[in-house]
Amino acid sequence: MGNTDYNEAVMDHFRNPRNMGELKDADAEATVGNPSCGDVMRIMIKVSDDKIADIKFQTMGCAAAIATSSMATELAKGKSLDEAEKISNKDVSLALGELPPIKEHCSNLAADALRLAIANFRKNKK
Amino acid sequence: MRGLYLDNAATTRVDENVALSVNEVFLESYGNASSLHKVGRQARMKLEDARGKIANYLGCKSKEVIFTSGGTESNNLAIRGLAKANPLKKHIITSVIEHPCVLDAVRDLESEGYEVDYLEVDSKGLISLDDVEEKIRKDTLVVSIMHVNNEIGVVQDIEEIGRICRMRGVYFHTDNVQGFLKKKLDLGFVDLMSGSGHKVQAPKGIGILYVREGVVIEPIVTGGGQEGGLRSGTENVPGAVGLAAAIDVDFKLNKVLASRDLIIAGLLKIPGAKINGDMEHRVYNNISVSFYGIEGESLMMLLNEDGIYVSTGSACASSKLKESYVLKALKVDEMYIHGSLRLSLGADAIGEEDYIVEKIRESVLKLREMSPFKFSEENLKDVRDKKLEIRKEVLGNEEEQEDN
Ligand SMILES: Cc1ncc(COP(=O)(O)O)c(C=O)c1O
Ligand SMILES: [Zn+2]
Repeated sequence: MGNTDYNEAVMDHFRNPRNMGELKDADAEATVGNPSCGDVMRIMIKVSDDKIADIKFQTMGCAAAIATSSMATELAKGKSLDEAEKISNKDVSLALGELPPIKEHCSNLAADALRLAIANFRKNKK
Repeated sequence: MRGLYLDNAATTRVDENVALSVNEVFLESYGNASSLHKVGRQARMKLEDARGKIANYLGCKSKEVIFTSGGTESNNLAIRGLAKANPLKKHIITSVIEHPCVLDAVRDLESEGYEVDYLEVDSKGLISLDDVEEKIRKDTLVVSIMHVNNEIGVVQDIEEIGRICRMRGVYFHTDNVQGFLKKKLDLGFVDLMSGSGHKVQAPKGIGILYVREGVVIEPIVTGGGQEGGLRSGTENVPGAVGLAAAIDVDFKLNKVLASRDLIIAGLLKIPGAKINGDMEHRVYNNISVSFYGIEGESLMMLLNEDGIYVSTGSACASSKLKESYVLKALKVDEMYIHGSLRLSLGADAIGEEDYIVEKIRESVLKLREMSPFKFSEENLKDVRDKKLEIRKEVLGNEEEQEDN
């Protein structure tokens, strides 16, 4: 499998990312960089009743990073904070089907960013 | 869908006439060039005609042209072959922007005890002649500097570097894989030169090493003793014939050059676009461009969808997840280095300049909309601080994970 042999699900999320953009009245956000390749993801969440009411992302990265960002926001949207926090990098890449093995690195960004945003939200609340 | 192949530095489509001449060998002159019967003699004649034609083009003797399996082997044979033949000379000079096959051969020798000076380049990708002069020692085996760089297309002053080496009595090798047949080179002060077929519309798997008469090298591939003992293995007659036929290919140098300049002018109108490498000393068909705040693999993928085929030096596109060491050597800004694109033009670009620029602009703007880094002249200054902040968060994040 080559670097860019992406499946249709990945390509779809890359071409038409869900929840992409800026969340103007976000309750918390986090920006995380991938130390191995330099991809950067910013994630913003709006929380009500301890649930992720809205979520948006911005990513500078490869197709894998953008697709996993998109998928992570899809998975998290509507979930309680406790549930969303448990979403792992593996969950995100599984939801997309298979990623080219080398691209697993690039997918280790979205769930981390999500977790950090939730942690930031809890910190702010205290 | 229309497809525009703009990746000719990676490889090229074989020219029709070249293909015909290769096909003739496949079907008619198929003998083993070392066989003594008629079929073998016919193949031998084809092989030597090809060698003669290449020698004539280079302005050298036929016996100074050795056929190999390609640029990688030619570079390895030049460097390792010289080392084997000159065991007392234990110092090598090369540059940080050489192709991996040169760098790896040299690193190999380094691990065996050789000392190596890797010359830096300036921000435009050019080597300083003073550095070459300064680094040469009594025990210098060879100076190996590429003619045309494969990523940024920058052309080094091979004639002057060669002159310095000749005056100091040191062998000079140049990797001319990206310049061969496309950028005239005077071999006056060159001792060894590598070329490859597949970059010039000839087949893959054929290359040459020019070895000046009197320069002694040892083979690295041994066996049947073909190519004057310097490169064993049944001669690749179809490849050699194809490589020789590529001399007659019309690369449309002037038209492609004009095309390149139009495209560069168009790309520079996209906000946050920069050309990497010197503009003046650049091969006719190379565009190395970087875009602020986006990533090259995704850019390449979008263009791929539009049928525009290019390459990128971004970390995500490399098998080692490292950004291009060539762009790094040029000290390309952090916010630009991930968003690099290499276009190496051929006939496909002619007349399509506006379309190419427009598709790249669309894709860049689309990705920039997705990116947390928006380009504006003012924000360039605090980008560094922002990057540092992100670093901190990454580190904090990693610590958290370790705690789990
Ligand atoms: C500058 C340079 N040197 C060497 C090579 C290797 O040549 P080949 O692919 O014929 O082994 C290449 C091509 O990838 C190149 O661009
Ligand atoms: Zn990536």
